[in-house]
Amino acid sequence: MSLQLMADIFANNWQMFLRGAGMTLLISMIGTIIGLIIGILVGIVRTIPMPEKGTKRTVLKIINKLLAIYVEFFRGTPMIVQSMVIFYGTAQAFGIQMNRIYAGILIVSINTGAYMSEIVRGGIVSIDNGQFEASHAIGMNHMQTMINVVMPQVIRNILPATGNEFVINVKDTSVLNVISVTELFFQTKSIAGATFKFFEPYFIASIIYLIMTITITRILRCIERRMDGPANFIMAGNQMQVERPEDIVYKKNRDR
Amino acid sequence: MEKVIEVRHLSKWFGSNEVLKDIDFSVNKGEVACIIGSSGSGKSTLLRCINLLEKPTSGEIIYNGENILDDEHNIYTYRTKLGMVFQQFNLFNNHNVLSNCTVGQIKVLKRNKEEAEKIALQYLENVGMAQYINAMPKQLSGGQKQRVAIARALSMEPDVMLFDEPTSALDPETVGEVLKVMKDLAKSGLTMLVVTHEMGFAREVSDRVIFMDKGVIAEEGKPEEIFNNPKEKRTKEFLYRILNGNDD
Repeated sequence: MSLQLMADIFANNWQMFLRGAGMTLLISMIGTIIGLIIGILVGIVRTIPMPEKGTKRTVLKIINKLLAIYVEFFRGTPMIVQSMVIFYGTAQAFGIQMNRIYAGILIVSINTGAYMSEIVRGGIVSIDNGQFEASHAIGMNHMQTMINVVMPQVIRNILPATGNEFVINVKDTSVLNVISVTELFFQTKSIAGATFKFFEPYFIASIIYLIMTITITRILRCIERRMDGPANFIMAGNQMQVERPEDIVYKKNRDR
Repeated sequence: MEKVIEVRHLSKWFGSNEVLKDIDFSVNKGEVACIIGSSGSGKSTLLRCINLLEKPTSGEIIYNGENILDDEHNIYTYRTKLGMVFQQFNLFNNHNVLSNCTVGQIKVLKRNKEEAEKIALQYLENVGMAQYINAMPKQLSGGQKQRVAIARALSMEPDVMLFDEPTSALDPETVGEVLKVMKDLAKSGLTMLVVTHEMGFAREVSDRVIFMDKGVIAEEGKPEEIFNNPKEKRTKEFLYRILNGNDD
């Protein structure tokens, strides 16, 4: 092992590493976004207030049961097994041929969706009941309340958890190598196989993973801070200039 | 006098606990009615039953000649006719002051943005919050939040305004600014139903005072009658407790 060797391996294979990293980012990013959308939809449906009677109640109960099964199933089984079942399993059993990349995105999406729906549900439950009551009092129905008042707050609150999911996805897409998706781990394995070196390629891969995850965390932190805005309202920033008592005091002191 | 809302035989049970017992009362157009009573007497529940935040167990609520507790009645349009001001303000945290006052108009009443903003600005001006249109709720003090909440409810141009202890969560210094806004509203001829612990406000502003005790309306009448010559023993006791410091 030497630094020289590591540099050589990277120099000879940087395109493969980069392509692998690109694929990893692509799958995990699309997977996280679709997963978030699934999570939001499932979360909203599972928090619809239960009607007291009628067919609506029965339908909603059945839907809730199905969604609960979905969440339990995909949270409770390893993604590597799901990949085999969805890609090779369905191919053999039902003759469904899937594109490997689409299959990868599908697996990551529904997996993230299962986790995110619980996160979203928690986020909705944690919103102060007063926000719902105020929306209802103004005449909004459940959907309007969710879209205009609750979900924007929930999304802000679940951003850290979403970032977490994204980071987990960047790492966990590596299991997609079992269905030969050419993500970073798969590429590294090929490089290692071609050079008969194991330390150097995998070390480089780990550094690339680290760079990706740290960058993502930083970007999300920035977004969070932007969404929060300043804690104090500065009236001087308005077009309308209104003097506050402290402004008057300040001016007096300055002019003296 | 024209009745805006009429409540008939209204009962509300929480589990095995009967909070409202066969309430009959009505709100007349243009009047300011104050509901007073000790905590747990059901006054907030009554207010919340009127705009269906709590579903009454039995009884009728008549609005425009229709019983809105009928299954097929659209409760969402009914609610737009009632403005609600909460003890805890409940401003929409993700909207700024102006948008708090326009979102309901745009999404529920389907007004266009310019019109909604014009109406909102007018009411924000009335409550003295027009300078703060770009502020977020978390940047405001309690009294400011409550004034915005009042403007938000007014922006829907409701027939009746319901106030659920609007000053109870405020510090003593800011109570005055909210009460002043409410007094101005009362003078403008708005129909108001106010649950309050502010006896001064009830006495000075209201046309009718309703005293509730243990889930029933124990006594109602003109403020002078209730405050100066209460007929019922429990009204006397309550007023004595309130006006001479609590308890003991």
